[in-house]
Amino acid sequence: MTAHAQAAHLETSTGLDNRKVAIWTFIGSECMFFATLISNYMVNKGKSLVGPFPHEPWTSPAGQHFEPIFEIPLVTLGTALLLFSSLFVVLALSGAQRGNRKALIGWLAATIACGVFFVGMQVYEFTHFLHRGLGFTTNLFGSSFYTLTGFHGTHVTIGVLWLATVWVDAVRGKLPPSKSLNLEMAALYWHFVDVVWIIIFPVVYLIK
Amino acid sequence: MLLRTVARCSSRWVTALCLLALVLAGCSPENYPQTTLLPRGDFARIADDLLDTTVKWAILVFVLVEGVLVYAIFRFRGKPGDPEPHQTHGNTTVEIIWTVVPALILAVIAVPTVKAIFETNAVPGKDALTIEVIGHQWWWEFRYPEYNLTTANELHVPIGRMVSLRMGSNDVIHSFWVPQFAAKRDIFANRETRMWFTAEVEGDYPGQCAEFCGIQHGRMAHRIKAQKPAEFQAWVAHMQALGPKPAGAAAPPAPSPRYAEGEKLFTAKGCLACHSMVAVNAPKGMVGPNLANVGGRSYLAAGTLKNTDENLARWIRDPQGIKKGVLMPNLGVTESEAQALVAYLRAHK
Amino acid sequence: MATRVLDQHQAHAASHDEKTGLWSWITTVDHKRIGILYGATAFLFFLIGGIEALLLRIQLGSAENTFLSPDLYNQLFTMHGTTMIFLAIMPLSAMFFNFMIPLLIGARDVAFPRLNAFSYWVFLLGGLFLNASFLFGAAPDQGWFGYANLTSKQYSPGLNVDFWMLGLQILGIASLAAAVNFFVTIVNMRAPGMTLMRMPMFVWMSFITQVLLLLAFPVITVALILLMYDRFFGSAFFVPSGGGDPLLWQHLFWIFGHPEVYILILPAFGIVSEVLPVFSRKPLFGYAAMVFSGVFIAFLGFGVWSHHMFSTGMGPLADTFFALSTMLIAIPTGVKIFNWIGTMWGGSLQYRTPMLFAIGFIAMFIIGGLSGVMHSSPPADLQQTDTYFVVAHFHYVLFGGSIFGLTAGAYYWWPKMFGRMLNEGLGKVHFWLMLIGFNLTFFPMHFVGLNGMPRRVYTYPEGLGFELLNQVETAGSFVLGVAFLVFLVNIFQTWRKPRNAPADPWNGATLEWAIPSPPPEFNFAEIPTVHGRDALWELKRERGGTLPEPARVSGAGIHLPNPSYWPLVTAVGILAFFVTLMTLAATGIWPVIASFALLLLGVYKWAYEPAG
Repeated sequence: MTAHAQAAHLETSTGLDNRKVAIWTFIGSECMFFATLISNYMVNKGKSLVGPFPHEPWTSPAGQHFEPIFEIPLVTLGTALLLFSSLFVVLALSGAQRGNRKALIGWLAATIACGVFFVGMQVYEFTHFLHRGLGFTTNLFGSSFYTLTGFHGTHVTIGVLWLATVWVDAVRGKLPPSKSLNLEMAALYWHFVDVVWIIIFPVVYLIK
Repeated sequence: MLLRTVARCSSRWVTALCLLALVLAGCSPENYPQTTLLPRGDFARIADDLLDTTVKWAILVFVLVEGVLVYAIFRFRGKPGDPEPHQTHGNTTVEIIWTVVPALILAVIAVPTVKAIFETNAVPGKDALTIEVIGHQWWWEFRYPEYNLTTANELHVPIGRMVSLRMGSNDVIHSFWVPQFAAKRDIFANRETRMWFTAEVEGDYPGQCAEFCGIQHGRMAHRIKAQKPAEFQAWVAHMQALGPKPAGAAAPPAPSPRYAEGEKLFTAKGCLACHSMVAVNAPKGMVGPNLANVGGRSYLAAGTLKNTDENLARWIRDPQGIKKGVLMPNLGVTESEAQALVAYLRAHK
Repeated sequence: MATRVLDQHQAHAASHDEKTGLWSWITTVDHKRIGILYGATAFLFFLIGGIEALLLRIQLGSAENTFLSPDLYNQLFTMHGTTMIFLAIMPLSAMFFNFMIPLLIGARDVAFPRLNAFSYWVFLLGGLFLNASFLFGAAPDQGWFGYANLTSKQYSPGLNVDFWMLGLQILGIASLAAAVNFFVTIVNMRAPGMTLMRMPMFVWMSFITQVLLLLAFPVITVALILLMYDRFFGSAFFVPSGGGDPLLWQHLFWIFGHPEVYILILPAFGIVSEVLPVFSRKPLFGYAAMVFSGVFIAFLGFGVWSHHMFSTGMGPLADTFFALSTMLIAIPTGVKIFNWIGTMWGGSLQYRTPMLFAIGFIAMFIIGGLSGVMHSSPPADLQQTDTYFVVAHFHYVLFGGSIFGLTAGAYYWWPKMFGRMLNEGLGKVHFWLMLIGFNLTFFPMHFVGLNGMPRRVYTYPEGLGFELLNQVETAGSFVLGVAFLVFLVNIFQTWRKPRNAPADPWNGATLEWAIPSPPPEFNFAEIPTVHGRDALWELKRERGGTLPEPARVSGAGIHLPNPSYWPLVTAVGILAFFVTLMTLAATGIWPVIASFALLLLGVYKWAYEPAG
């Protein structure tokens, strides 16, 4: 983006930058995407022909015993960190808008760290579930669970990559207040990804 | 100038004649054995009454609205030098009227609709004749739990007695369509769907699958033979004799040497693996249609061929050539073997 | 220093009004050029879809015909539907979104010119991907709505469903990107004074269409992903033996599919709402009602989807709900028809070709709407659904509606887009042939359907009475073919004429007629300020009736976006991603990852290149 392009603030009908309206529009569309995935999960609840199951133990016809598969404490920790990361990115954005480079770089790093932990937690969870007998095609629960949380995790990963790109720009001194919109867009996307998780967490992990 | 006038006149006549021909052809449902417009059963009559209602209103609205449009086309035709017309932006009263009136018309359609929805979803009483319909790619399996009978592609029902259809599919989604007595209902592999009807008029009625189900969806027809109750009972009794032979009893003598040869071939060629020859206690989930009474059916291969000896032989020798993609393979049956098999199958009426 | 160099560069670029050559088209980010690319590509696909239809009609012209084998027939009817919906009507609408929306709202371009180019390239590549299936003898053959569990690996083991499934995903990306773009453009780039309730009706209808795209496409995206997981990885979302439910597919598909039909018709509604006032010489009747009925239709359009599923036995409560919501949606639709007639009423009607098609639209859409109301009653629909009656219904609304409307738009806006007027005489011949051919082809289908002919059948036996009406329909389809030949002749003849159409040949009401035909790259030398609806009529009235022919100015100093090839690179990355996904079993994961890397490269370079 040239300085020329950004400084010549074309008047828009809403007063908002085109890119800000665009990210909100995109988020609106993504809401439908996740609403469909979440609905698919809910519709398939209780329909699995075989276990392992999320909240109940199960013994296979061959005699193998499976405990309920979810490990709530770990996921709760990841959830909490993801929630805090939304606060951190707000602080980073505030720093960017006020020209406080230290705040920007520090809080943005914290945001990214939380995101990385969350993804790491999910990778660990998926691997562990696989070991414990829940594959993608084991049952409808497995397919729906991995699809829903997998797509969310992919969105988190893309968010982490996006934030990291912005962070590199910040470290290189290429994120002055006039360019804070770049971070604001990434931050809006990040909040969205967080809100989706706030819905997924109870629907998938908590409600039986 | 003259040419244009002639062209306009003749094209008008041609158009009028075409429309007349269309109307005549379209308005005589008697020419269409599979028509929905000549209900001969209660369920179909419910659908037809609703159609009647909606068509009447549709025609009324059509005539009115298209009429106004055509009128406007002629009345407000612009001429060169016309002044600018009055720049009307709207008329609240008129707009309210033409929002409310359609709403009222729809309400008038909605009331009998909702009533009919509940009527058609009602569960038949205990004295209904239950028939199980199982759709296969690309043929129909019919079972009568009350009589322990299984048959295929041709369904016999008594007139005057309610038939309760309980339906499912062996593979993909199909749809069982009985336009003369009922309507259509889709059938699934993982849930049961239902339909009911009471046939009122004797006869032989064609129907077809009405949900795209693969390469031979177009050749998945069935026939319904609606019979007087006594004749239906006679048919049931006849079918019940097509059961498995009791164990230990001597097999009845073969009607002819060709029959005997055909009977041997039927096993040797592997036909028995897919087709059952007994109508009573027939096994479930067979790949091919039950052939216990195939000799007497009107059609072969779900309405694909008329059931003549020649067609039956052709079918046995080259099902893929006649109905490409069907699950019955070409088994390399010779002409002579086919004749024997025809003799065997023809005897199973 | 750097700024001054940049200014000089821009002035230099702006003064080169007419860039020529293949490279300039490949790297274009100009909404007008992208519009023309959409239009030409879509029209070609439309002709392909039309040939597919003619082949189907030849096969059905006689009983027990063997002109087409059953599998080829099934491929052709599937591709006919898929092509007409996704590769013809939607991108033809996109041609008008692209060319006209910025002009109608007084803007210089869309919000994101490179994203715009990206949408076109993805559409083109998606359309080519889908049609490449013919080269493998494996064109999609499961119907345009691909019901599970016919589409499972077990019952459709070939590549046919894979082409369809992945092809639609590619096209979905194009649609979503374009929808974000036009949504932001309309929300944010209107000329000063153009409030929402002063926007031209085509802009309003297009705006609503973008909202529908944004909310409906994610649903089919998920459905196609679940189908892909079933087919490629062995999950059982739609497979009964694994606990899945084929009916789930139908719900997901139609939650997308019903808004999709409004996506197909609303732009045509908008075009007709532009054409009728100009050729009636009076404003659109009931502007506010037209806006609100459009919004209501879009909103309600998400609540009627199961009227496509009345025969599935959902139970009386579901049937009742969807019957009532479907009847309800007829009301705002009817309101629009009355408002159009009200526009004509008391006017001074000018029967030029655009007007003929607009009136034809109204006449045909009334019929399609009425057969739709007939479908809304579930017990009656149980006889009508999956027969030729419903084929008649949707062709009346999609052809009689959308195609007639889009054709009206073509004749209307042709001078603005190409600087030449299409021939009026040929236009009238085109209209009459199309009207007659269309009705000959599709009106009999109402009757043959109610009289027992199911849809999607590759042949029919003798003795059911279907022959006569099918012959008439086949004859009608060839009349339609001739109509399009006439249109093609008109286009070619017009192409060779000098580019001297006036700026305002029709005495238009909207801003696009105030600038030269075709417009300069920057559209408006000065962004206009708008004081009401029908802004140009207002202006002409103020200035004594007409405006002088606008001069062609150099546009020096006007800031225009630079051309770019990164949108094309990204689009190629997307195509490669889906192709390698399709061959996953044979070629493994690394080509998929490489494609994704190409995609990321394209995005990264695009994000960081100077926008200019």
